[in-house]
Amino acid sequence: MFAMNRGRLTLIGAVAVGAVVALAGCASGDPLAEPSNSAAADTIVVGSQAYYSNEIIAEIYSQALEAGGFTVDRQFQIGQREVYLPDIEAGKIDVFPEYSGSLLQALDKEAVGGTSDETYDELQAALPDNLRVLDKADASDQNSWTVTDAFASQYGLTDIASLTKVTEPITVGGNSELETRPYGPTALKEKYGINIAGFVPVEDSGGPLTLKALVDGDIQLANIYTADPNIKTNNLVALADPDGLFFPDNVVPVVSEKVDDSAAAILNKVSAALTADTLVDLNSQSKNDQLSADKIATTWLTQEKLL
Amino acid sequence: MTFLTETLAWLLDPAHWVGAGGIPTRLAQHLLFTLVTLVVAAVIAVPIGFLIGHTGRGRGLAVAISGAFRAIPTLGLLTLVALWVGIGLNAPYVALTVLAIPPILAGAYTGFEAIDRKIIDAARAVGMSEMQIVLKVELPLGLPLLIGGLRSATLQVVATATLAAYIADFGLGRYLFEGLRIRDYGEMLGGSILVILLAIVLEGLFALAQKLVVPRGVTAGRPTDIPGGSSRSRPVMELTIEEGNSHVRNE
Repeated sequence: MFAMNRGRLTLIGAVAVGAVVALAGCASGDPLAEPSNSAAADTIVVGSQAYYSNEIIAEIYSQALEAGGFTVDRQFQIGQREVYLPDIEAGKIDVFPEYSGSLLQALDKEAVGGTSDETYDELQAALPDNLRVLDKADASDQNSWTVTDAFASQYGLTDIASLTKVTEPITVGGNSELETRPYGPTALKEKYGINIAGFVPVEDSGGPLTLKALVDGDIQLANIYTADPNIKTNNLVALADPDGLFFPDNVVPVVSEKVDDSAAAILNKVSAALTADTLVDLNSQSKNDQLSADKIATTWLTQEKLL
Repeated sequence: MTFLTETLAWLLDPAHWVGAGGIPTRLAQHLLFTLVTLVVAAVIAVPIGFLIGHTGRGRGLAVAISGAFRAIPTLGLLTLVALWVGIGLNAPYVALTVLAIPPILAGAYTGFEAIDRKIIDAARAVGMSEMQIVLKVELPLGLPLLIGGLRSATLQVVATATLAAYIADFGLGRYLFEGLRIRDYGEMLGGSILVILLAIVLEGLFALAQKLVVPRGVTAGRPTDIPGGSSRSRPVMELTIEEGNSHVRNE
């Protein structure tokens, strides 16, 4: 018995020490903080979201900058906006492909949005002094409330407000952050009086699982990005948004003070060439043809004579 | 220190203790999910483990297959199954059952294998049928190791069941995913602490069960309980003439 008790005491002791060490680790600040940036002063750090389309754009920026003689440090796949925005604001990332409306809403909860140009101007004003946005591209990749073609024709759905015509309860699916976003299920209920039955988390950012759930009817309403080639291939309908529930989301590079005029000129040239159809096409090369971001970027830049 | 205070604030906020997304509901869902997974995994793994342990055949195959099972990344399997059966709880049940089978299987057959072959031979010699040997001799003697297997499976399932929230509004994993997405680390850490507490409680229950299921005869035979006595003399004192004979022959 004694031996057993001693063994148990040792175990409890080990657990306690482990817990103290772990908690001490938690207490000493942000465990996700990057170690201090060791890149050389003339290196431009390009970041991207954990979203394949954003990574393609970031790769295009990177290759264009490299062709212009700059050294680029790629920091791709850094999660969602809540995660990387503080790093951009702290100047740890110099170039980040962003979406005008969503970034504006993240910076200023009271923002009013409006047309694409108005949103862009508001964004310029909302950014902290050490950051600026360069020219916006024609391409946009915005949130949309999407339903299947069959569901849309059954209830005659055209825009978001028409969802009130749906008689069955609507289950919404998407990443869990969607539940608390200003255009989320709560807004649909309160602004439009839509009969939302519930929210199901599907944590793949409108990816294959969300698509399958929508097509199978497990969910009726999903947040799918408008530049997603799957909208076309799966006969989905992105409901029109005449009231501007979603802000226009034009692709726009957010840059730090490290980006000088010559680098800015390179990025502006890229944005000028990036049209809405181009973005869907680039996304489709990744999703349907399984090409890697750097190959897609090289091909497109060569084609546009930007390399 | 801010994380700890945020976590404490999150855990103590009364608003988080009520409603469909409240802590009691999520805890109950998590516990239910874990139990169902364990029962299904046990129904599959225990008979197979007993068969392997009793016959001594197929052990190599079982080790190879359950080893391969252990190496499957659970999130990958879950996504793969979900692409086939859709969102909801079915895919997490399948993925977590696959995770729980290897330790239970190992517990079941090692429990049988660890039994002294002489005891089995003795049981056969007194005319027990194979079924009687399994149920009356091997099962009780192997039970502590089987419970050990269930215990380690429970620990893995209760921690990994957080993945169910990847495609369903279910369980404590919701706090982890949501906290991660909206950068609410208080919520994330609070959810993790709840999972840890649940794991510790279940671990305690299994430790107790593991102690209780040791057959009385085995406990009595433990040398520590008979100060000064040798373990080998014990059966002679307790059992009948046949044992006495074997004792004599052995000496």
